[in-house]
Formats: sequence, structure tokens, C-alpha cells
Amino acid sequence: MNYFQLFNLPAQFDLDLTELGSRYLKLQKQFHPDQHSSGSERDKLLAVQQTANINDAYHSLKQPLLRAEHLLALRGLKISNEQRSFTDPMFLMQQMELREQLAEIALSDDPDSMIDSIERQLQQQKKQLLKQLASALDAQTAEQDQLAADLIRKLKFFFKLQQELELIEQQLQD
Amino acid sequence: MALLQIAEPGQSAAPHQHKLAAGIDLGTTNSLVATVRSGEAKTLVNRQGRDMVPSVVRYTPDGVIVGDAALAAAIDDAQNTIVSVKRLMGKGYSETTALKQQVPYQLVDQQGLVAIDTAQGVKNPVEVSAEILATLANTASETLGGELNGVVITVPAYFDDAQRQATKDAAKLAGLNVLRLLNEPTAAALAYGLDSGQEGVIAVYDLGGGTFDISILRLRRGVFEVLATGGDSALGGDDFDHAIVSHLQQQTGQAKLSHQQMRQYLTTARQLKEQLTERDSVDFALPLNDCVYNGSLSRAELEQLISPLVKQTIRACRQVLRDAGLTAEEIVKVVMVGGSTRVPLVRQQVAAFFATEPLTSIDPDKVVAIGAAIQANVLVGNKAEGDTLLLDVIPLSLGLETMGGLVEKIIPRNTVIPVARAQEFTTFKDGQTAMALHVVQGERELVDDCRSLARFELRGIPPMPAGGAHIRVTFQVDADGLLSVTAQEKSTGVQANIQVKPSYGLTDEQVASMLKGSMQYARQDMQQRLLREQQVEAERVLEAVSQALKADAALLSSAELDNIQQALTALRQVRQGDDTAAIKAAIEHTNQLTDDFAARRMDQSIRHALKGHNVDEV
Repeated sequence: MNYFQLFNLPAQFDLDLTELGSRYLKLQKQFHPDQHSSGSERDKLLAVQQTANINDAYHSLKQPLLRAEHLLALRGLKISNEQRSFTDPMFLMQQMELREQLAEIALSDDPDSMIDSIERQLQQQKKQLLKQLASALDAQTAEQDQLAADLIRKLKFFFKLQQELELIEQQLQD
Repeated sequence: MALLQIAEPGQSAAPHQHKLAAGIDLGTTNSLVATVRSGEAKTLVNRQGRDMVPSVVRYTPDGVIVGDAALAAAIDDAQNTIVSVKRLMGKGYSETTALKQQVPYQLVDQQGLVAIDTAQGVKNPVEVSAEILATLANTASETLGGELNGVVITVPAYFDDAQRQATKDAAKLAGLNVLRLLNEPTAAALAYGLDSGQEGVIAVYDLGGGTFDISILRLRRGVFEVLATGGDSALGGDDFDHAIVSHLQQQTGQAKLSHQQMRQYLTTARQLKEQLTERDSVDFALPLNDCVYNGSLSRAELEQLISPLVKQTIRACRQVLRDAGLTAEEIVKVVMVGGSTRVPLVRQQVAAFFATEPLTSIDPDKVVAIGAAIQANVLVGNKAEGDTLLLDVIPLSLGLETMGGLVEKIIPRNTVIPVARAQEFTTFKDGQTAMALHVVQGERELVDDCRSLARFELRGIPPMPAGGAHIRVTFQVDADGLLSVTAQEKSTGVQANIQVKPSYGLTDEQVASMLKGSMQYARQDMQQRLLREQQVEAERVLEAVSQALKADAALLSSAELDNIQQALTALRQVRQGDDTAAIKAAIEHTNQLTDDFAARRMDQSIRHALKGHNVDEV
């Protein structure tokens, strides 16, 4: 299914999220099972399925990584659920260093400033990678698509780290 | 009594006939029913003039008593008087060990599920709840002068799949048409939101008798969007009472209480809690051996007793804000729901955490029923479509057991429902034709720490070399928050059979046999009821297809149109008769013929909905 088509939006990485949101609500108002509760059993089932599609599409387009993956999938490059190991030694080294820093937070005298500093690094890296991802996807060539796929794989690492950082922060708060 | 249908001139009464619908708040301690009349949602009173009906069912050798009369016997006939049955809904027998100490009736094991041994034999929580629902629906029918077309029943947002399914089964047993299971906090928000035209992000703090829910919603232009929900389905005002009882036991030196004493202590505890909302200290008297123990409890003492419980709720508030990605400052209003929010310490702590004075203008005991009535009125078709839209979420993650007893999440918590997610599996042995799946619900990583929902067996996989068969399993959660599963082998398109074994629920067959055995249905002819159901469905199909043809016949070729019209004529004919199977077959035939038509109309209405939105303008 082409999620961009569903929302009648151009298939590109750069997306107006406010516009996406308002189109999402328009479709929901039309198809939500609540609007069909006095319909026949078949119509009710269709409403559930259609709304599930709309929800899934919105969820995927809203988040940059999923949106990029969907865009690549539409171009015939499927990377979700892939099992693949990384071979970029520089990148792996950087990841290991960041992981070590995460492990040190709990032992630190000043965990808050350490969290802040790691947070800044992650944000900066993510921003940079997302920028590269946007231009790779815009190029629309097979070569650039491969690069985009690589960038998505890298970004996943950073999003994962971000989650773990948030978890550590929560544990400190509690 | 509606003896005459009065229609506006030039307007037929039939299509806009006012349908009877009610909202039911099926609570742990009390239950209520409400409906919208003349544009206003109000709770309904029973013959005794009360709108709050104690959720208490008493089984005597002669019959079943529900409500105040049952509660009155709670001390004398504790063994046969079922209170707080909501806490047992969707629970396995082994899960209720802690409750066994607290309830004065006898819990028994009914094929792994918890049930209660009464003077009328073993009753399960679904049957007990059905009695309460039937009583409330009866009050509504009597007041409104007709049978209800449908009801909305509220459940705690934090209820898992088994608890929701049990609630729906109870309604079915009570002979009710459930339009929707609605989350209690969402219902409360609906009651407040429509009342005040409030916009922005609000929190609903719902502390009921047996459950605690906290939900964060965004309200804008008629859209109620649940951003996150959390809570504890085993924490409530009842726990306040039990904390007070323990304290009283220390005072009187009574370590072990009989069932009857337990009821006395609980009643005293409840009175103390209620009176301490107004006063600083309250005296009490409890029978002790042959004399009376006189004591007193101060508000400060009470607060010390319940403070850990209140803190637990605040912790859940913090978590849900995190899930919503918001801070406490971004919450513009806090709505209080549930009788336990009258406790001053609760109000104080909530006000402090959200830094805003909580809203209490609608009675916290009635607000949920009122919201449910508003939604029931919309769903039954009495209100123009599209006025309001509720977007709710799934409260707990759904996952599958993988190697080593770990959980793989399929649908994370707070995902907007309805939702469908597919997962692919492959065979690991040559010629493998079956596969077992275990679905769990919860946030923890180990299967043992999550709630087991169901075990599925996929059978009929075509034999292929190992890894050759790709089975796509689709998990669908509907707008009631209920899960269904389908599976298909991808290369051959073979639909695998699924055998569902709910871990803590009744199978469809069990519900059907309970229906047959129940008092409500002994009087009615079961066959007659099934026939009526198919006739109603036939009417719905005829209505829906006729409307669709009127609007969009242009989407069909003349041959397609002919076929559909023939099917409709045939359906109209059999609908008059009394052959249930023939009506069912005619409905299925019509559905089959109109599947493509429905899909085309769907595509067209998507384009219509987004008309005026041009790709170029973005």
C-alpha cells in the first residue's frame, strides 16, 4: 500500500506534518467504526480494516525513519525486518564509545550534566544524518537509495541509544 | 410511552426514528445507567428512586437479588452476596490468591477461571455481571418505554483484552446489543468536553473502587484524541478501605476476622473515610467479644495510611506524561472521576502534581455514565455523523512469545486503535503443517511477567521444505480494544486454521451454552432470537446497499448492477420468511456481490474527503 497516495501527498521525504495531521483527521471522521456503528456487519468490518490502514499509514509517515523506509520500499528497496550486520568500523567504534558513556552515567557524581552532554551528541548526530538522508532520498537514484538505506540503519542505532538514555533518566528520577 | 411517532411535515418518521440507547457505567462498587433525552444526558433512577445501584448480586435458593436489597444482606449472608465482582472479571483462579483473603465468598476453580460458589451453584464473574447489566438495562427500558436498541458500556482504560472480552460476554448474556466498550476516562472527557467546549490537553484522573486510570487527551474541534493512558487495574478506593481495616484490626487486637466481622470492619472503614473528608476526626464503635471497642481516627492518621497508595497513583501519572511526551505544565485541566477522588489527600496531591485545581463540577460518580450516554446516542444514530470523533489507544502492549520465553512486541501500548499489524513466520522443519503461537499482553520482557491472552494453533499449513512456508499472521485490535487473529500462508494463499484458546476467557462455545442455560433465555425461544438477529442484519444490509446504489450506482457496470439488484430482491423475499439459514445465506451472497462495489466506494470517498487538497499546494 502506498501511504502517500492514501493521503494524496507527494511521495517525498520532506513532509508538512500539520497538513498530514489534518488529512488524517478528515479520513478518520469518514471511516472510523464509530461512524458506521449502525451499518451491516460487513460494513463494520470494512470500517475497522480501513481505519487500521489509515492509522498505520499515519503512524508510518509521521516518523522520519519509518517514512524513509516506506519511501525506499515503494522504490523496491525493503529494509524493514532485515538481518544484517554492520561493517563500518568507524561507526561501530563511535557506537561503542557512546554505549560506554551510557554505562558510566550511573556511576557519575553529576549524572544530570552527563545525560545532557550525551543528549547533545545524539541530537547533533541525528540531525546531521537526517539531513544527509533527506538529500539522498531526493536524488532518486539507485546509488543514492543504497546510501539512504545505510543512513537509516545508522539512524536506528541513534534512536535506540536515545531510548536507552531516556530509560536511564527515568530510573534516576524514580 | 411512545405510542405515536410524530413526524415533521414532509418528513417520514421511519428513517429518523429516535432510537433508544443507554450508557452503562459498570463499576466495582456502584453502577449507573444514563441516557440522552431532549438533548441532555442524565442518569436514570430505578423504582426505588436511586440512580446509583450497588454492584452487588445476592444468590438465594429462591432467586437473584441485585442492588440495594442485595447490599443490605451483605453482612448476614456474606457467602452468597457477591460484591466487587469487577475485580474478578477475566481472571484466572490462580491469579486471585490475594483476593481470597479479602472477599467473604468462596472462590472456586472453574476450568482455570475464577468463579464463586453460591446458594444457586457455581457462578462465574461474567454471569454475575450480566445480572447487574440486565437490572440497569431494565431500569432504562422501563423509563424510556421500550427495548433498548443498543448500549455503550464503560471499562477501565487499563483493562486488558481478557477483562474487556469478559465484559462484552456479560452484556451478551444479558441480551444487550453493545455498540461500543468505551474507556471510562474517555467517557468522562466526553462529558466534560462537550459540556464546556474545552480545548487543549487534559488529564483524566479516575480512581474508582477497584481500578485506577490516568489518561491524557487532546481536545480540539470535536476530536477527542487519547494521547496516552496508564494506571493500575488492581488499585482503587477499596484498597483505602482495606488499609483502614488493617489499622482498625491493630487497634482492636483482632488479628483474624470472620466473614461477618470483615463486613462490619469494612462498613466502618468506608464510613470513616467518607466522614473524614469533612471532619478532622471521627469516633467509631466496633463490637469486640461481648463488649464494644470505642476508638477514633483522625484525618492525619487516615492520610498516613493511604499515602503510599496515593503516591502510587502519582507515579502512574508521571509515567503516562512521559508516554505522551508531555510535561505536567502542558496540562490545562484535570478531570476527577470516581468516588475516591473526594478524599482530600487525593485532590491535594493531584493538584500539586499537575499544578492546577482539578475539575469536579460534574458529580465524579456520574460523569462516566453521562459520557457513555452521550456516545451511545451518537453511535445508535440519533445524532448527525461526524460531530465528534473519539480516537482511543490500546493500553497495554501486545506481543508474542519467542525463543527462551522472551516477548516480541507486535503492537506497542498507546497505539491508536483500530490497528492491524502483520508478522511473518516460517517453518523450521521439512513438511511442518502446524505451528503454535502464544499471545501475551504487558510491558515486561519475559513472558512469565506478562499476562497470557491466548494460545493459537495454526493448522493446515501446506507441507514444504523447512523455511519454505511463509505464514503471515495479522493481529487486529478493534475499536473496543479487542484482539482477533488471522493467518495466511503467503506462497499458496492457503488460509491457516486458527484454534483460539483464551488463557483467561470463555470460548465462544462456552458463552453460547451459558446463553442457552441462562434464566433470561429460558423464557425466550432461542431459535426465535437467532431468526430476529438475522432479520435485523438483513434490514441493515438492504438499507446500506440501497443507500449505496442511490449514491454511487455509476461506479457499477449494468451487468453488476443487475446482479446486485437481483440479490437484493431475493434477500427481501427470504427476510419475510422464518428460515434463519436462508436469510444468512442471502446476506452472504449479497455481501459477496457487493464487496468490490464497497471497495470502489471506499476509494472514492477517500478522494472526496481529501478534495480541495491538491498535491501541488503542499
